Amino acid sequence: MTTTSITDAGPNKFSPAYLLKTYGALIGIAVVAVVLLVWAPSSLSTFRLGNLGKYCAWALAAVGIGLAWGRGGMLVMGQGVFFGLGGYAMAMHMKLEAAGPGNVPDFMVLYGNGTMPGWWGPFRSGAFTLFAIIALPVVVSFILGYAILKRRVKGAYFAILTQALAVAFSTLLIATIKQTGGFNGLNTFTKVFGQNMYDPAVKKDLYLVAAALLILCMLVAWQLYRSRYGELLVATRDAEERIRFLGYDPANIKLVAFVVAAVMASIGGALFAPLAGIISPSNVDATASILLLAGVALGGRAGLFGAALGAIAVGYGQSTLSEQFPTQWTYFQGALFIVVMLFLPGGIASLWKKISAALPKRSAKPEVAGAGATSTTVPEVVA
Amino acid sequence: MTTAHNSFLGQDYLEVRDLTVDFDGFKAISGVDVNFLQGRLHFLIGPNGAGKTTLVDALTGLVHGTGTAEFRGQNLLAMKSHKIVRLGIGRTFQTATVFEQLTVLQNLDIAAGLHRKAAGLLLARRKVPESVEQALETIGLTALAHRPAGILAHGQKQWLEVGMLLVQDAKVMFLDETVAGMSAEEREETGDLLKRIVGDRTIVVIEHDMEFMRRYADFVTVMHGGKVLAEGTVAEVQADATVQEVYLGTVTEVAADA
Repeated sequence: MTTTSITDAGPNKFSPAYLLKTYGALIGIAVVAVVLLVWAPSSLSTFRLGNLGKYCAWALAAVGIGLAWGRGGMLVMGQGVFFGLGGYAMAMHMKLEAAGPGNVPDFMVLYGNGTMPGWWGPFRSGAFTLFAIIALPVVVSFILGYAILKRRVKGAYFAILTQALAVAFSTLLIATIKQTGGFNGLNTFTKVFGQNMYDPAVKKDLYLVAAALLILCMLVAWQLYRSRYGELLVATRDAEERIRFLGYDPANIKLVAFVVAAVMASIGGALFAPLAGIISPSNVDATASILLLAGVALGGRAGLFGAALGAIAVGYGQSTLSEQFPTQWTYFQGALFIVVMLFLPGGIASLWKKISAALPKRSAKPEVAGAGATSTTVPEVVA
Repeated sequence: MTTAHNSFLGQDYLEVRDLTVDFDGFKAISGVDVNFLQGRLHFLIGPNGAGKTTLVDALTGLVHGTGTAEFRGQNLLAMKSHKIVRLGIGRTFQTATVFEQLTVLQNLDIAAGLHRKAAGLLLARRKVPESVEQALETIGLTALAHRPAGILAHGQKQWLEVGMLLVQDAKVMFLDETVAGMSAEEREETGDLLKRIVGDRTIVVIEHDMEFMRRYADFVTVMHGGKVLAEGTVAEVQADATVQEVYLGTVTEVAADA
């Protein structure tokens, strides 16, 4: 019996501990916002800023993975597909901008007979492109998610299926060189929404948009985590069959997280294309999908910051280590991944919890992780 | 069948006719007819493998059964689990399955949410819903509302499950061995809890504990080998020769106790 806890009648709404637990994450997001939106633009070179923008694009996808995997228990190994949908939609628009009104993209002349497939047409419009960046992943992830989740596919089978989708998607892209640029992808853009892409000011603005959207998506995730839906999602992750006997269809609950994650990945992809100056099958294939996942796993999948900061760190590590140790950097990354998975299955974000658990307790009140927005992670195995 | 309790007959009752559950040729349940009437604690007893849990599984959409099980004009055997729950039928499982990482309050709030609008889910909980507060009071866990359900004692977890059925406003509750592993006091508290909440509900209790059954049952159905062996009040069932035969020493022991 838990006799010690009888006296605990509930959190005091105005106690500092309660406020920190409820709104601490907002302070954290504010800190991230200041670093990304104020410090970085004033301190980093245009080149570094562009790189950071790319990491932000990956982090956008990572926040979605944190929701689907960390909270929803769905090991999404094919987020590259949705990253690609947004990335290619944006790249098609930029390609058409570069070609100029009435002209077709250069590679179609090079590899094909110079006629443009009809479905490229609407992407001349910037407004349609922005609409497609949101609508495409919604439609695709809804259809895929509905088919997969309603059939109660879960665990490793779900992971393998999503991974296979990424393989199929990149294979399709490579096979359709006349329509999508094939293995080379889409590159050599000149303008983005009428702005000259080589202008450092435009590059900086692109970065700022990426960083701002990352902050926005983190806020969306924060609200989802603390909402009743967030509680329901965690409950579904932990005991899916039980949820059924509370009158919910777990497939619907998971489907929402899957669609939201897809949209976040698509937005990330749409920003990646102009920031990197290219989108190709290697940015959206199985390997790319796993790298997106790796950042989330390293940072900590169940928390808000673990996913985003983990993805940024992996991106940073990738470019820094690859600059200094061009041949060995993949080993560094692999070793880091193994060490974290071995000793911190909840990711680096769970380090704080481990430390505080190891320190002698000042108060007798046991602190137990709940599903609140600020609780970083409780290690649990995803089947 | 015994109709000694016709006076309890209400509108919301669950009528099971010719229910058969076939696991690849093995008939776990064959041709079961049973009525679960409102306002009583209906005990389902029988030796291991009698088909008690399978009966409940079939009625809650967990396994496929043939026959009919009619509640509020709908055949439960043709429905999905979550739709059956929405119709007003809830159940617990042999091992308590509360959401251990969520608090007691969150557990109840989720259970109360099935009648909530989808858009409201996107907001955080601002205050404790009335039904949740009442349920906390009824199951005696108000003081532990903000504790994670994982730290609850075994008995408290079972009470929380009953509370979750209360907030989802289940009209028919199937409780699978709720008092198993409870101390004598916890059993008594559980029995009294069930008496308090039964009201116009139908509470079906699967039980092995004869003492508990004798004390709280309004009506008893004895199952054996996938069939209904006997039905009636505790006294009627205990006097039944076939039941005594199936239970060998067990029932006579209980009778001797009394």
